[in-house]
Amino acid sequence: MFKNIHLPRYERIWLTIGAISLVVFLVILGVLAVGLGLQPPGQMKTVPPEQVRTNAPFNKPNLVQVGPNEYKATMVAQMFSYLPDQLEVPAGSTIHFEITSPDVVHGLYVPNTNVNIMVVPGHVAEFTYTFKHPGDYLMLCHEYCGSGHQMMMGKLKVV
Amino acid sequence: MENTLRDRSSDKMSFQAPDRRLILAHIGFAFIAFLIGAIAGLVQALERTGYITLPSNIGYYQLLTAHGVSMALIFTTFFIIGYLYSGLAKTLGGKLLPSANLVAWIGFYMMVIGTLLGLAMIITNDASVLYTFYAPMKASPIFYIGLALVVIGSWLSGVAIFMNYYKWRKQHPGETSPLFAFMSVATMVLWLICTVGVAIEVVFQLIPWSLGWTDKVNVELSRTLFWYFGHPLVYFWLLPAYIYWYVNIPKIIGGKIFSNSLPRLTFLLFILYSIPVGFHHQLMEPGVSSFWKFLQVVLTMIVVIPSLMTAFAIIATFELAGRSKGATGLFGWFKKLPWKDVRFVATFLGMLIFIPAGAGGVVNASFQMNQVVHNTLFITGHFHITIAAAVILTFFAISYWLVPALRNRQLTPFANQLGLIQSWLWTIGILIMSTSMHIVGVLGEPRRTSFTTYNHHPIADVWSPYRLFTGVGSILLFISSVLFLITIVYLWFFAPKAESAVDYPIGEVDAEQPKPPAILERWSVWIGITVALVLIAYTIPVIHMIQHAPSSPPIRSW
Repeated sequence: MFKNIHLPRYERIWLTIGAISLVVFLVILGVLAVGLGLQPPGQMKTVPPEQVRTNAPFNKPNLVQVGPNEYKATMVAQMFSYLPDQLEVPAGSTIHFEITSPDVVHGLYVPNTNVNIMVVPGHVAEFTYTFKHPGDYLMLCHEYCGSGHQMMMGKLKVV
Repeated sequence: MENTLRDRSSDKMSFQAPDRRLILAHIGFAFIAFLIGAIAGLVQALERTGYITLPSNIGYYQLLTAHGVSMALIFTTFFIIGYLYSGLAKTLGGKLLPSANLVAWIGFYMMVIGTLLGLAMIITNDASVLYTFYAPMKASPIFYIGLALVVIGSWLSGVAIFMNYYKWRKQHPGETSPLFAFMSVATMVLWLICTVGVAIEVVFQLIPWSLGWTDKVNVELSRTLFWYFGHPLVYFWLLPAYIYWYVNIPKIIGGKIFSNSLPRLTFLLFILYSIPVGFHHQLMEPGVSSFWKFLQVVLTMIVVIPSLMTAFAIIATFELAGRSKGATGLFGWFKKLPWKDVRFVATFLGMLIFIPAGAGGVVNASFQMNQVVHNTLFITGHFHITIAAAVILTFFAISYWLVPALRNRQLTPFANQLGLIQSWLWTIGILIMSTSMHIVGVLGEPRRTSFTTYNHHPIADVWSPYRLFTGVGSILLFISSVLFLITIVYLWFFAPKAESAVDYPIGEVDAEQPKPPAILERWSVWIGITVALVLIAYTIPVIHMIQHAPSSPPIRSW
């Protein structure tokens, strides 16, 4: 069907190298995802936005210890703040974030870490991250959410 | 320049008056949108970098919306359609079909009315929702109606292009269509298939909801429909630039079109693999399971193949042209390129910048690496070296000869010189601005955020030195924009009249090239495969969203 398409020799070599690199690259991504469990945040849990403020667990957003060096941060991203907006954990702690929004789309982003989560109303976003190094981290909203978007922030202290 | 600007033997063109009016209307309107976008772009850039404070009645996000809508949606669409019409007129027998022109004008006016409605709502601050207009932020219904008119108007432009092509094929049975026409049809096929997504979002979700006819909107579904459109949108910008590289540039550099089949196959691959891939813009969000995200990442990456084919073809064309002019050695051909011809130089600078831009795109779409850069300024830097460099520098190159050609004037050495200065200035500006955006994005600065220091948080303090570069880059880009528009005004109204027919550079296919296989022009096959891929990639996750994703009431948060 494609007999008439003439592919010069150098182009064949070029495309073969390109295609092999691509396959290797995709295999690496797949191994990281399936083998090492490196998945982007997400999950399929839902919560109607109008129930966020009234129903558990998001009616009492907080940070609780759930094991040795392990914490669960139940958070609400709302116009234009986080609940809670101050977190403090010892270095080496793992935090399981679960976060949703009662209003518009927000983000939860902690620069210098891989915590980069979209917060979509109706959905619970979950992500787990281990904070190895002590420091003053910044939590900020990285999805435009309205006129106060640039003020939407929180602090995460790793001591 | 000696060879190229004066090589006026075989690509003469006399546009018919109705075609001339139609094409000029499109690109003229595009330039007005460009002016608005450039002003809004400069002012918002200086605000977000902290150099100026806006008066209280103008919002940062309002300006950012104006910049995004004018540049990314309006300027591009009008310019592209105008350029495609011009090439169809040139390659399909010298003129456009009068019946198609009627459809084209209806499309034009729909798009103009839609644009004016949308811009009016942005000006009154009733649509500060940015050009992605994510629900449940609710703009005025008039804004959504305006957008719908633009999209539906552009469908009529697609129909006009198909009509011209269809007529030619009926009159030339068994012949291979001219490459320019084939590529125009491919671009519009891509556009029609992908805009169905945003049309469904706007017409069936957002308009009734913003009018209060429905209480709630399925947010995740609206985002999915948007990004089903949003990624191929960037290919809708890129493919016309590729047309210029594949079809017009060989003539300008005194070469031949490298192959008559491979470019067609490349465009078909772009249709197939730029549409079922929108989830790679939604990797960081809930409501889509990892399996479907990963599948779409794989489909996304396949565009590497047609991209590598394009890179090979362009460079091969350059080399063959140089060697035919007597170049020797491994890289002697490089010196033979027309380095003083703006029709080539502007687009060449864009091609060069497109190499790191493509690499950055692979980073963005990578399943895990996206986590490092998603919604940071790295992304903004990325699309400024793609659309605002590779694509727009090509559109500059096209404008410099297409405007005088349509106005029956000459691209004078003076205008050519201005164009060279303007293109280099743009390149320097975009490199300064986008490089600093890439770096500061990796350091964590978010995109789409008005000036803030986050209460002088030490993490945010690290970003402040980069603001100087972003600010300076934006000023250079604005100066370049003004210079471009001044040169265009000169070419439109004041440049000397052409003595006879004007230049329209269209490359010729190398005579030794075999005739392309007919399957490449059997559109039903390619559209069928595209639809199948879309159904595979989207059906299950979309059904899941419709069944499970909660809906949201409208909110005005600005």
